[in-house]
Amino acid sequence: MATKRVEGLLRKLAPEVLGVLLRRHRQFDACEDAVQEALLAAALQWPSEGVPDHPRAWLVTVASRRLTDAWRAEHARRDREDADFAALQSDPLGPAPDERAPSADDTLTLLFLCCHPSLSPSSQLALTLRAVGGLTTAEIARAFLVPEATMGQRISRAKATIKAAGAGFSMPPKNEREARLRVVLHVLYVIFNEGYTATSGPSLQRRDLATEAIRLTRLVHRLLPSDGEVAGLLALMLLTESRHTARTGPDDALIPLAEQDRALWRDDLIREGTELIAATLPRADLGPYQLQAAIAAVHAEARSSEETDWPQVLALYELLERVAPNPMVTLNRAVALAMVHGPRSGLDLLATLDADERVARHHRLASVRAHLLELAGETVAARESFKLAARQTTSAPEQRHLERRAARLSAH
Amino acid sequence: MKYMLLIYENPGTREAFFADEKLRAEMSAYVDGLRASGELVDGEGLADPSTARVVRFEHGVPAVTDGPFMEAKEYFGGFMIVDCDGIERATEIARDHPPLPGGGAMEIRPLMSGGGSED
Repeated sequence: MATKRVEGLLRKLAPEVLGVLLRRHRQFDACEDAVQEALLAAALQWPSEGVPDHPRAWLVTVASRRLTDAWRAEHARRDREDADFAALQSDPLGPAPDERAPSADDTLTLLFLCCHPSLSPSSQLALTLRAVGGLTTAEIARAFLVPEATMGQRISRAKATIKAAGAGFSMPPKNEREARLRVVLHVLYVIFNEGYTATSGPSLQRRDLATEAIRLTRLVHRLLPSDGEVAGLLALMLLTESRHTARTGPDDALIPLAEQDRALWRDDLIREGTELIAATLPRADLGPYQLQAAIAAVHAEARSSEETDWPQVLALYELLERVAPNPMVTLNRAVALAMVHGPRSGLDLLATLDADERVARHHRLASVRAHLLELAGETVAARESFKLAARQTTSAPEQRHLERRAARLSAH
Repeated sequence: MKYMLLIYENPGTREAFFADEKLRAEMSAYVDGLRASGELVDGEGLADPSTARVVRFEHGVPAVTDGPFMEAKEYFGGFMIVDCDGIERATEIARDHPPLPGGGAMEIRPLMSGGGSED
């Protein structure tokens, strides 16, 4: 229990401590390594020896010492005692316990740095989880199901790339900030989805990613309370997460929304998500996360799948398609259209996607088509389409689910 | 996303590879590069097909045969598993592989994942 509490505290303090170090020493890669070492030291000591009175100052002190040690070793290796080193020696290293409260902007600046456009998406995820989330390389590797060495290399490479890009610890210029924030939100959304879509069993540790993404998005929402898309993303995560227990059966089989036991949905998350999106929509500039959250809220308020307000869902998808046109949105709109105007209308809309190479061979197109064909009573075509979808997916639980739906139609 | 890159060689591939010092250096630089980028998850080379054994199921009964069991022009010679941003990047990784002497091919196959979406 003490370990859990310490872990939570360390994750909260991680970006603050890194912020303090970066303000003093600038060098992102070296500072990040030093903070990671300090976090590891604390994770070993604090559960047994107790949390120090000033945990942040403790971490800053230990991390600064590690930084000095690393630099000293580096300089010794180069056999060079230059002015830099002398300057470092005279720098008072141990911060006073009254170290000023870290600026809230530090965390935001750090997020922008970790989601720097020069990085590949997978590197942005890894670096964000480590530098802002305070997770260890081993934890991140376990969550992404890769060897620790692979993840360690990815993080080192990401830090080297940031250094090479000359990106410093400062807020992006005003005219870039909006676009850069979208990247940060996307990274948080992907982290959430990696965790949310994980089924149980060997991938259980991936679940932590959903919790972590919600925690980080809450943090960003606290820092930017007036940004509608940040609020929208947080609401979307809460509303989606509320269904987590209901989305899989006892054998890890996926259960579609329409068949889920809604008694298993988490009311607390639904309430928080719904209140948040209801408060956001009237005042903020409309954006895709807010609209997706609004759709999730409509589903959440239906006590049974039959009571779903499909005209409302359809109207929201139409809006979403205008704000952020994307074939995946069209796919979802086809389902809503079918529920309002009958399966034929949905199928007609799907036919327009066959020529779109972004989705033409995606299993979602075949599975949505199969579902609508089933609703239209075209059993044979529906079965073929489910089988096609089962071949196209790269997810084992989805494949199992789609094969079952195909088999269910054969039995009739 | 994880992909397996299946490497298909032919009978002359290894011989030519070991005779070519420059190619061997390119190969080790290639692997080092993938390791350094944090994309290489695993990889192995397979021994010659003549050392293989095959268990074949005929009507549910396993029958064992020693190699060489086929006179294929191309056979499975090794694999790499990479974890990268998508099939485009995986394809780029395969294209960057030093040219396999005497032809050969690489097949890029997505690995099945454990997560899934319920809608």
